[in-house]
Amino acid sequence: MNQDQPILQMSGIHKRFPGVKVLSDVRFRLFPGEVHALMGENGAGKSTLIKVLTGVYSTDEGSITLEGKPLVVRSPLEAQSIGISTVYQEVNLCPNLTVAENIFIGSEPLIFGRINWKEMNRKAETLLRDRLQLNIDVKLPLENYSVAVQQLVAIARSLNVSAKVLILDEPTSSLDRGEVEQLFLIMRKLQREGLAILFVTHFLDQVYEISDRITILRNGEFVGEYMADELPRIELVSKMIGRELQMLERIPKGADNVSPQAGIIAQASGLGRKGVIEPFDLAIRQGEVVGLAGLLGSGRTEVARLFFGADRPDQGKLELPIAGGTAASPRQALEKGIAFCSENRKTEGIVGDLTVRENMILAIQARRGWFKTISRKRQDELALEYIKLLNINPSNPEQLVRNLSGGNQQKVILARWLLTQPQLLILDEPTRGIDVGTKAEIQKLVMSLSEEGMAVLFVSSELEEVLRVSDRIAVLRDRRIVKEIADQEINQHNVMQAIAGG
Amino acid sequence: MNRMFRHHLFWPLAILAALLLFNLFYSPDFFNIVMRNGHMYGSLIDILNFGAPLVLVAIGMTLVIATKGIDLSVGSIVAIAGALACLTISRGTDQNALSLVLSAVGLTVGLSFFLGAWNGFLVATTGIQPIIATLILMVAGRGIAQLITSGQIITVTSDTYNYIGNGALAALPFSIFIVAAIYLIVSLLTRKTALGLFIESVGCNPQASRLIGIRSRLIIITVYMFCGLCAGIAGLILSSNVASADGNNAGLWYELDAILAVVIGGTSLNGGRFYLTGTVIGALIIQTLTTTIYMIGVPPEITLVVKAFVVLTVCLIQSEVFRKKVVQRWKTRRYPAEREVSRHV
Amino acid sequence: MYNRKYLPILVTFGLFVLIFAAGSFRYTGFFSSQVFLNLLIDNSFLLITAVGMTFVIVSGGIDLSVGSVIALTTMISASLVQNQGWPPFVVIPLVLATGAFFGWIMGAIIHYFKVQPFIVTLAGMFLARGLCYVISINTITIDDAFYTKVAQTKIPLPGNASVSISVLIALAVVAIALYLAHYTRFGRSVYAIGGSEQSALLMGLPVARTQILVYTLSGFCSALAGVVFTFYMLSGYGLHAVGMELDTIAAVVIGGTLLTGGVGFVIGTFFGVLIQGVIQTIISFEGTLSSWWTKIVIGLLLFFFILLQRLFSSRRKTIRS
Repeated sequence: MNQDQPILQMSGIHKRFPGVKVLSDVRFRLFPGEVHALMGENGAGKSTLIKVLTGVYSTDEGSITLEGKPLVVRSPLEAQSIGISTVYQEVNLCPNLTVAENIFIGSEPLIFGRINWKEMNRKAETLLRDRLQLNIDVKLPLENYSVAVQQLVAIARSLNVSAKVLILDEPTSSLDRGEVEQLFLIMRKLQREGLAILFVTHFLDQVYEISDRITILRNGEFVGEYMADELPRIELVSKMIGRELQMLERIPKGADNVSPQAGIIAQASGLGRKGVIEPFDLAIRQGEVVGLAGLLGSGRTEVARLFFGADRPDQGKLELPIAGGTAASPRQALEKGIAFCSENRKTEGIVGDLTVRENMILAIQARRGWFKTISRKRQDELALEYIKLLNINPSNPEQLVRNLSGGNQQKVILARWLLTQPQLLILDEPTRGIDVGTKAEIQKLVMSLSEEGMAVLFVSSELEEVLRVSDRIAVLRDRRIVKEIADQEINQHNVMQAIAGG
Repeated sequence: MNRMFRHHLFWPLAILAALLLFNLFYSPDFFNIVMRNGHMYGSLIDILNFGAPLVLVAIGMTLVIATKGIDLSVGSIVAIAGALACLTISRGTDQNALSLVLSAVGLTVGLSFFLGAWNGFLVATTGIQPIIATLILMVAGRGIAQLITSGQIITVTSDTYNYIGNGALAALPFSIFIVAAIYLIVSLLTRKTALGLFIESVGCNPQASRLIGIRSRLIIITVYMFCGLCAGIAGLILSSNVASADGNNAGLWYELDAILAVVIGGTSLNGGRFYLTGTVIGALIIQTLTTTIYMIGVPPEITLVVKAFVVLTVCLIQSEVFRKKVVQRWKTRRYPAEREVSRHV
Repeated sequence: MYNRKYLPILVTFGLFVLIFAAGSFRYTGFFSSQVFLNLLIDNSFLLITAVGMTFVIVSGGIDLSVGSVIALTTMISASLVQNQGWPPFVVIPLVLATGAFFGWIMGAIIHYFKVQPFIVTLAGMFLARGLCYVISINTITIDDAFYTKVAQTKIPLPGNASVSISVLIALAVVAIALYLAHYTRFGRSVYAIGGSEQSALLMGLPVARTQILVYTLSGFCSALAGVVFTFYMLSGYGLHAVGMELDTIAAVVIGGTLLTGGVGFVIGTFFGVLIQGVIQTIISFEGTLSSWWTKIVIGLLLFFFILLQRLFSSRRKTIRS
């Protein structure tokens, strides 16, 4: 192992997209024969950094060197040809082609100008067996195999083109325990062969199990580079999600502590979905803000979606003692007074072609049905009222939502759900990608709503925010609710300890 | 001024006006309307009269396209509707009897509802892409129409039935009133109830609509049913107009003309916002084009060449990539993957 | 497990054998090599077009212009040979090049401007049909010696049967297409693009070139089918091959090609065409049944196969997750 000279070095990387700075002065080094974990929460800039490295994006500033030589990569293909290969979370192969083809397509062995299938199958078999210890029938279409095998095939494809650097972008997020073991076995083998591996994951256990070195990014900035065995878990977590480990003042809440007598709005017992979230119990009371804390991929969103019926649980049940019955579908949830702001504002939130007013009244109108329309005058009143209440800018209700900034779009969606006067409001990352002022506004709104008796389930990747607004926090780790922390116990240290686990 | 240019009806209206203006210069008596036997005659009236079925089908198609769908089977439904109505009437003892004609119309409307529901069912519940789901009825429908007519051209001699396509009310062709009534009803239904809003929401963002609690399946089935109904009535008008049903040729290529009318009218094939008035103007443009080409003595089939260029131009203008390409040629050439990947994220 | 990939094609083949057997039992004189060969003779142009369409659909696209391109080809051929007196050996390469060029333009627009293939080829369909009428709105009958000779030539086969030259052309096209699809990088890229365009791009395959070539190939096949159709009809007419695009798509789908792209076989298309042919033959043997039953039966088959595909692909999804 040559530990002195990094094979890959990125320094002073800047990248901005119109209106946002996604990377500023980021550096990254990768040594041959090491597994280097790149860590960070949503929006930290991990994927942008990888895309810069693999030539998907250009850099605005900064330099990249490979084996000491400056490097300009213009396309993933070019990156591959000089030895930087990437395996993405969603396997970028063709499921309809055979395993062998997926490894060799574009460089198939030819004989008299035609594809030599025999030779190709034989080479694929040898490659998979010798380097990845995988014995499968390479003549079958890729779709016949599990995601784990597909990942390995993707790795095989990148090895085929003599890789020096292998980037694994969240390869483990859809694998089960055994499959992860198999992948790690192979990663170690490749590592011994001198390959430099950049590994992105959200699972702390895995980071400590496999990586030698850790680089942490936060909000597009470089936080630090550490040797894995010198960085305690809790510190890793705090570097990823918190400012420094300092106690934050909780905003004093008016009617502190929800009384245990307060009615339960929603009660999940043993609710779960296989491969997505382990069964959990969680109750939400009137006037209570329940926060969900945990790292990206820990199952926060999945819990929230189950409460709304957006995904179907395959075990356990959700009861709504006050409204009665359950919420098996969004439609039902809406009727029972549950509202849900999805984390995917673009794809699951706004209806871009419609105006602010129309977006706002959609949910309430859906509940009223086709014919009980809200008069145009009433619509205008409601829209203006909420534009003022939530301080939406521009204040024109006839503006197309598509043309609003992210923060204002979020407010429109909030208004849409507030109009339905829900008993339980589920907010999944309501402040992501929103400026600081708006963030504070939304946090304040959440608290005042809960004072009025609304129950809120609050999901955010920013721990500070969760700490600030929640009466009770359920902490998730590796798709499991591991701890509930309430009242006086709520502080950064306790929550981080629970997130870090181990 | 700028607002006027950006209004969604500006371009369709401008094209229509340009076409009419051309006609005015080419043949000054184009705008003449004469009264004979209480009927108005003239090129403009003809355009409205002959364009009526297309306007109807296009209105139905607008709602379907607004939900991100497409209905290829309308031409076949037009043929089936005409065939069934003419068959029913031709079998009657007194072809002029109002009850017979009414039952024929009722039967046809019922069947076209059913055919539309079939399309809607396939699209909404099986998850087959609309273009494929409706292709089935497009292929089989022609056969069904010919089955009904036994491959013959069924002629009817019913003055009552004839009235639908040739009669006059207040000196104007009766078909215009049918179209106007349906246009009015749809406008009211979509703009005065929440239906229009739901259709646009489902077409623009199906996932968000699901989370909002909109019953999108019901919406989708409804619009296909309505589209079937429009095609059925168009079939009635067409067959009544020529007093016969031709399973093979009636409504041929109507689906394409209707889609074209919708697109010219400003409704995007990607679903979302829809413009009924725009569609009506789009259909009238197509009809005016046909009439114009007839008038200047070019073989009418050449309209197809013109249509080809219209389709292409409109779609290129709607294509985001095309617009961006014109602007950002240089950048995308340097980093081709930036464009490709960001498209999929 | 291995067989699943070939399941649709087995269904198609089985269906053909079944229908042919049913016809043989029911009608005397049905079970003969000439009846079988007539399937090829009467559908050679459909077969050629369908082969081109198979590539387009496998790549995830669709080509609605095929019928019109056939008509345009007959029209150009007839007018050049008959009215202008050009020699056939100049005209035929010319029309083939025209068809390919037509497809190339459509492919380029589809790829570079990301307009839906359905719309672009729809415009192409209008354009080609319209251009026919620009040449002439009437039928142009061909009495050129070469064309009539080719049309009348029968190649005798053992067993007192014979085929036309068109059949040989069609079979050659099938053979070349089989080679193209399974043994060339171009063919495999078509499958890859149909499976996942995004992946194909990231795997470094020439997506642009392949996609455009696919439409060029389809245009070429349509033009070749047009040449064969000219032999068959000995005339050029703007109303030739109206609705052929539907027959072609139906044949490809019945042949087991997934309309969503990525899966399909040239040999499946071959049997898809034969199934359409045999249905027509049965209906003509039946006598009392009329020709429109063909359309209804094909519509039903289409429905059946699309449902089958749907089941197939939803099973695929559950296996993947």
